[in-house]
Parts: sequence; C-alpha cells; structure tokens
Amino acid sequence: MDSQSKFLRILKVILLLMVCLKPSLSAADDNPLEDIKFDPGSFIFDHIGDAYDWHLFDIGDRHYSIPLPVILYSREKGLDIFMSHRFNHGYNIYRGYKIMTDGPEKGKIVIVREDGTVDPDARRPLDLSITKNVTGMFFAAFIMLAIFLTVGKRYRNNPQAPPKGIQSLFEPLILFVIDDIVKPAIGEKKYIPFLPYLLTLFFFIWINNMLGLIPIFPMGANVTGNISVAAGLAFTSFLVINLNGNKHYWRHILNTPNVPVFLKLPIPIMPIIEIVGILTKPFVLMVRLFANITAGHIITMGFFALIFILGEVSPVFGFGGSVLSVGFGIFITFLEMLVALIQAYVFTLLTALFIGAAVEDGH
Amino acid sequence: MDLITPDFGLFFWMLVTFMLVFIILKKFAWKPIVQTLKEREDNIREGIENAEAAKGELENVRIKSDRIVSQAIVERDKLIRQGREIKETIVTEARAKAEEEAKKAVESARVIIEEQKTAAINQIKLQVASLSIEIAEKILRKKLKDDKEQMELMDSLLDDFELN
Repeated sequence: MDSQSKFLRILKVILLLMVCLKPSLSAADDNPLEDIKFDPGSFIFDHIGDAYDWHLFDIGDRHYSIPLPVILYSREKGLDIFMSHRFNHGYNIYRGYKIMTDGPEKGKIVIVREDGTVDPDARRPLDLSITKNVTGMFFAAFIMLAIFLTVGKRYRNNPQAPPKGIQSLFEPLILFVIDDIVKPAIGEKKYIPFLPYLLTLFFFIWINNMLGLIPIFPMGANVTGNISVAAGLAFTSFLVINLNGNKHYWRHILNTPNVPVFLKLPIPIMPIIEIVGILTKPFVLMVRLFANITAGHIITMGFFALIFILGEVSPVFGFGGSVLSVGFGIFITFLEMLVALIQAYVFTLLTALFIGAAVEDGH
Repeated sequence: MDLITPDFGLFFWMLVTFMLVFIILKKFAWKPIVQTLKEREDNIREGIENAEAAKGELENVRIKSDRIVSQAIVERDKLIRQGREIKETIVTEARAKAEEEAKKAVESARVIIEEQKTAAINQIKLQVASLSIEIAEKILRKKLKDDKEQMELMDSLLDDFELN
C-alpha cells in the first residue's frame, strides 16, 4: 500500500510536469495524511477555480506553489497587503485572515476571531487579491501588448511594406475580425469607431482561451472559464451596446412600434420584456463563454483524473489508462483550440450584431 | 456553488486589465493598423482600377497602331505599284525616243549620203564628158590627118543624116 501510494505520487508528478497536466490547486487540502484517497471532484474543480497562490506540483506531502499578493480591505481591519504563502497553503491563520476550507465560502479569505473561529456574522473583506486568474490575465494582457504593439509599430513605420514575421500571423486574423465580423454586423458606414473595442475583445478572449490550454506557469489559468471574467467581458459589451444606442434603438425598447397599445398601457409589458432583453443579451454572452471554456477544462481534467482513479485500483490499470487518457487529452486539447477561436468569434460577432442593432438607422 | 459565484476582486481586475489593454492598444495598435489596412485596401482597389484603365488605354493604342500599320502597308503597296508603273512608262518612253532618234539619225545620214552620191555622180559625169571630148578630139585629130579620110567621114556622116 505504501509503495503503491508512492508510485501514485510519482506518477502524478511526472504527469503534471511531462504530460502537461494543468497545475492543479490543492491549497485547501488540509489533510496531510499518508494515504490520501484521490478525489477527482476536488482535483478537477480546484484546477478550474481561482486560488490565492499558483500551485505547481506536490512532492510527497509538500506543496510547491508560487505565492501571489493578497490585497484585502475591510472597515474594521483596514487595508492589508501580504503574500499568499503566509497562509501556508491554507493551513495557517495570518493577521486574522484564513482561507476557508469548506462551506459556501470554500477557498475564499474570511476574517477570523481572536480564538481562531470564523465569525458567522462578519462579512468577507473587500478582496482585490492578485489571484491565479488575475496573474494569468495579466500575463495574457502582457502578451497582447507585446504582440500588438510590435505589430502596430510595424504598420506605423512601414505602412506599405508587405507583412513580415508576427505581423503576417496576425494580419489575416485582424482582417477576419474587421471584414467578416464587424463590417457585416454593424454596416459599412458605422463600423470603424467600434473596431478598437471589438478587436481588443476578440483577441483578449482568444489569447486568454489559448493560454488557458497551456499548462505551464504563467499560463494555464482558467481565466475565460471563470464566471467573473466572463461577466466582466459581458459587462463591457453591455456598456458599449447601450451607450451607443441611438434614438431609434431606445424608442424601439421603450415604445415598440407596430405593437398594440394594450401591451404598453396600462401595464408596460413590452417595455419590460425589452428591458429584460437588454440584460439577457450580455448574460447569455457571459454564460456561453464561461460554460464552453469550463466544460473543456473539466473534460480534459476528467481524462487525467481517470489515470489516478484507475491507478488506485491497480498500477497496471494506471499505466494502461494513462495511454488512453493522454490520447484523449490531446484530442480534447485540439478540440479546445478550435473552441477557443470559436468562442472568441461568437462573443465578438454577437456583440457586433447587438451594436449593429443599437446604431441602426430607422427602417 | 463557488464555480458560478462571481468574485468581485477578479471582476474588478478584469475590468482594469481590459480597459488598460483597450486604451493602450487603441492608441498604439488598432489605430495605425486599421488605418494602414484601410489605406492599403484603397491603394489596391485604386491600383486595380488604374490597371484596368491602363489596359483599356493600351487596347485603344493597339487598335490605333494596328490601323496605322495597316494603312502604312496599303500606302506602301500603292507607292510600290506607282513606282513600278512610273518606271515602266519612263523605260517605254525612253525606248520610243531612242528609236525615233536613231531613225532620225539614219534618215539624215541617208539624205546626206544621197546628196553626196548625186554630187559624186555629177562630177563623174562631167569628168567622163570632158574625158570623152578629149578622147574624141584626139581620135579625130588622128583620123583626120588626110583629106581623104575627111571626105569619107563627111560622106558617112551625111549618109547617116540622110538615113535619118
């Protein structure tokens, strides 16, 4: 049993490093016993969820992770900034804060009382920590800036030169966004002011999706598959659509033409439906992106979890299963690369279509 | 569920990151890129239009030059034909003239020869006459040395007259 669990641990490490298993989070793992029963649920969801440190791998009982800054603010305790390794992967209480290990706030930082128990009435502090997903997103933003500032500089300096290097990789994509998404959706006359936002949106989603598939620090965070990030993107889309809505668009919402009067008075059924429609559009964008990317990560992680599930039954099964799992994992990763592009495309296209509807002239 | 509960911190950082990326890229990337791509598109369209126009122009020029060449060929043929005709006329005329000249020269030569001949004949006639007279004189002198013979002659001459 001891050699078997040792084998399992080694297998786990090798797979994490060599087979490019995404770094999984086990910060909340407070059970440092010799025989840890493999739990596929927490294995998968710890990876998909956010974390205060960037977990790399485990060797034996030791967790190896990169500490990230924790930024907390609460009225009673004021501003607190420290690195996440102070929590010792969730085992320690630091400055009256603790990472919850269970309950509805699992994995989140809460304020604890002097005696170490959690105050059920205390609200969570305002948590602006640079978490794993924020780090991944910063890295993606850095990559985006590096790519597009280089490309942009070349366009600025040699406007008529044929594309070269990284420029020739991105020019077709930029042209694809301009000519096949934005132009047909918004219309020949009005599309230009929306190009910077929609191009940023497309590449932000796409690059974050793609980096999420590469399981090596500082990539591999499930950024776009996180509901908060998807919500943030949908929120920007909501703002751009509605802040650019013209008179015709708002008339259509508040006083829909060609609709019987009894649908507007005395109970404004149509306006209510239309206003709900304004909100459902970005909501659907958010859910679609979140669900698609998360689903891909869950499936990939599921295949890798299968190795350990089979390995617990017998090491031979573990080896056999690993061949199958790695094969399927590669297949799903390729599929996810396609999904990464499709989701960026769909999000951008729908936003462009909604903008198109908002700026359309009366017909 | 932790999975579907939005987290304010992440939402906040997401908006900050996105806005920063958007603002920086808008100024330093999208603006020059979009502008350049549009310019390039316009340039290409213009280039194609110009090329199309130039092709039409070239076609026109070609048609014109073809017409000029064919006209030139016709002209040349005409000139060659005319030249040949002129040459033939000149040759014919020259030959006729030459023949005429020759005829004239021959004629005048003949006239001169005729004149010379007549003159020569006349001279010969005169000489013959004078020679005959001389000879006759000599003969008569010799024959009429004696009277008898003179008489005989007179008789014969008289006979002749009587006979006539």
